[in-house]
Amino acid sequence: MFVLVISFFVYLLLSWSGSMSIQEVTIAFLLAVAVSFVASGSSRPGFWSMRGLDPRKWWLFFRYVFGPFAAGLTQANWDVAKRVITGEINPGIVKFNPRLKTDAGRMMLANSITLTPGTLTVDIDDDGVFYVHSINLTSLTPTEQDVCGTFAQWARRLAG
Amino acid sequence: MLALFVGLLLLVSLFFNCLGVLSLYRFPDVYTRLHGATKCSTFGTIFAIFALLLYSFARFMAEGESRFLVLFIHVVIGGIVLLISNPTGAHALARAAYRAGILPEPAVVDALEEANKRKREAAA
Repeated sequence: MFVLVISFFVYLLLSWSGSMSIQEVTIAFLLAVAVSFVASGSSRPGFWSMRGLDPRKWWLFFRYVFGPFAAGLTQANWDVAKRVITGEINPGIVKFNPRLKTDAGRMMLANSITLTPGTLTVDIDDDGVFYVHSINLTSLTPTEQDVCGTFAQWARRLAG
Repeated sequence: MLALFVGLLLLVSLFFNCLGVLSLYRFPDVYTRLHGATKCSTFGTIFAIFALLLYSFARFMAEGESRFLVLFIHVVIGGIVLLISNPTGAHALARAAYRAGILPEPAVVDALEEANKRKREAAA
């Protein structure tokens, strides 16, 4: 269901050019159904699963992206920009366990970490332990807070 | 006035993209270079997207032509796709490099190597 709704709206947004006709909506719907049938074969929640369509979760996700995530991105970008110029680095790979159970949550946290300058997710093992390459380590066994700030809390809140 | 703000945003974007290029020369190994190349260019590209959004929105408000709104929507979708594909690509590169046996050098600690060593000893 998630894939169907998203692909339906993305098709409409991409093909919209000032006005909308019933033919376009019909084609969008047919294509979305085709895409979601193909996609549902490879994902664990079945075709009728409503997972990922809760508007409250979307609103929370929106707040996360424009609140703590944007702030972390700006701060870290500035930090890495300075390191490019000064060349002061202290790199290494550290591990931590954010205790995320769902794939969506792990994907969200891994993408957040990788998008933030200075940290890069290298691997996630089967137990959900994150191996993160960091450009400037402050300690050899950092806590979750040191690696990604409040991102892990938000990922747990959004996708368990 | 519009040109000034758009130009300012593009200058910030150019600055971060230049730093991204510079980091390829400054940093020692593949992982630290990935940091510089993907991260600085992300922020640079985000500012380029902001410039486009501001431009198309201001033109739409001023002239009311729907083609600027179409441009706005397409840039928003492009930005979302970028925010998903950029970290995915960086992660794929880093993981592939690690699996190919390239160790981070220099590195003060390598927890992944320690974990892999434990796994190999358990298997042996």
